[in-house]
Amino acid sequence: MSKLRQKVMILYLSDSALDSTVKGWTMYDGTGKEHHTTGDSDTPPYENGLDALLDGWRVIQFPQLIPPYPGLEYTTSFQMYEFIFEKLEEIHG
Amino acid sequence: MVEKKYLLSTKQMAEFVAKGFLRFDELVPDEINQAVMAEFDAGTTKAAAASTPLSECYPEPSAVGRMLRLPELQGIIYSLVGPDPAFDHHAIHVRQPNEGKAQGMHGDSIIDTRLHFDIQIMYFPHDVPLEMGGTLVVPGSQYRRINEMDIARYQNLKGQIPMVCKAGSILVLHHGIWHCGRQNRTNQKRYMFKVRLNARVRQHRLWNTDDLEQLNSGHKPIFTRETNAVEDVQTILSRQEPWFEGAAGRLEIINRIKQWRFLTGDENFDVHYWLTRLENMPETRLEAA
Repeated sequence: MSKLRQKVMILYLSDSALDSTVKGWTMYDGTGKEHHTTGDSDTPPYENGLDALLDGWRVIQFPQLIPPYPGLEYTTSFQMYEFIFEKLEEIHG
Repeated sequence: MVEKKYLLSTKQMAEFVAKGFLRFDELVPDEINQAVMAEFDAGTTKAAAASTPLSECYPEPSAVGRMLRLPELQGIIYSLVGPDPAFDHHAIHVRQPNEGKAQGMHGDSIIDTRLHFDIQIMYFPHDVPLEMGGTLVVPGSQYRRINEMDIARYQNLKGQIPMVCKAGSILVLHHGIWHCGRQNRTNQKRYMFKVRLNARVRQHRLWNTDDLEQLNSGHKPIFTRETNAVEDVQTILSRQEPWFEGAAGRLEIINRIKQWRFLTGDENFDVHYWLTRLENMPETRLEAA
């Protein structure tokens, strides 16, 4: 019997445009075939976010554009352009 | 007193301000590396109480003490946190053989927004090949306002550096830098000794400043190839890291300018006019004709 499992990929892009350059990446594989962890790759899986769509990933979250809180205009913190993708894959068994 | 020849140079200080760390390969002699490993295995490395002056920590015959008292390391420590800093804490980190996963990305301690900074010395007493992991550091991350494991889901960032090194190598980190222990895929344990030090004096021109005036230039033409070709403090502080987003990368330069002003006391210092432009708020009114 086949079942669907979710693979999740997070791409941290250079700006709010989906076709901007990948700066960071994270993968979680719900099929259990791959095991990703911190610092396991120096090469991004895609050049930009659009390339991921062309390869069959579906975007499930766009980062919101939120103006900086007053007083924090020059403060840096988390990566702002975090795009979340999913792909559903069949597993057998 | 530390001999001047062991102090950091202005360019090294600028690198520290830009990247948040300095790396010194094979600094510690192998005889000390072996003695430290034996000390770790015997469990005899004792921590002093937090805030103890470093000079009172690790008394003879401590091998860790011999490592920290090397004149080269004393010069690095003096340049960044001054004479006889306070011991904060230490940790002997052990990554077990064939681990299932790496440590999550994090900044140590808790969110810490000071311009006064602590340093963390990471000491690698044996060779660390890539498959053994090495501590991973993210250059230029030290000014980001995050709290500890907030960033654990950042698995990979462009330009991240796995500490692959020979025995006796040292990393000196700003307290805020993002890092993690990479997965150890070998059959051997990996050791890394970390000690955190707090300044007890104002961190003001503690390095070898002989070349500061020459390298600390005033305003220059901006966005020109000629300007960027000169390897001075402005050029070093203006370099973007590969993982920086376009817009936030510009704000990181502001963070670095503020840190350099703090360290030099030069409130007019700027990099390519980024901060001076924001500070330009003239109040002089023209008289009516």
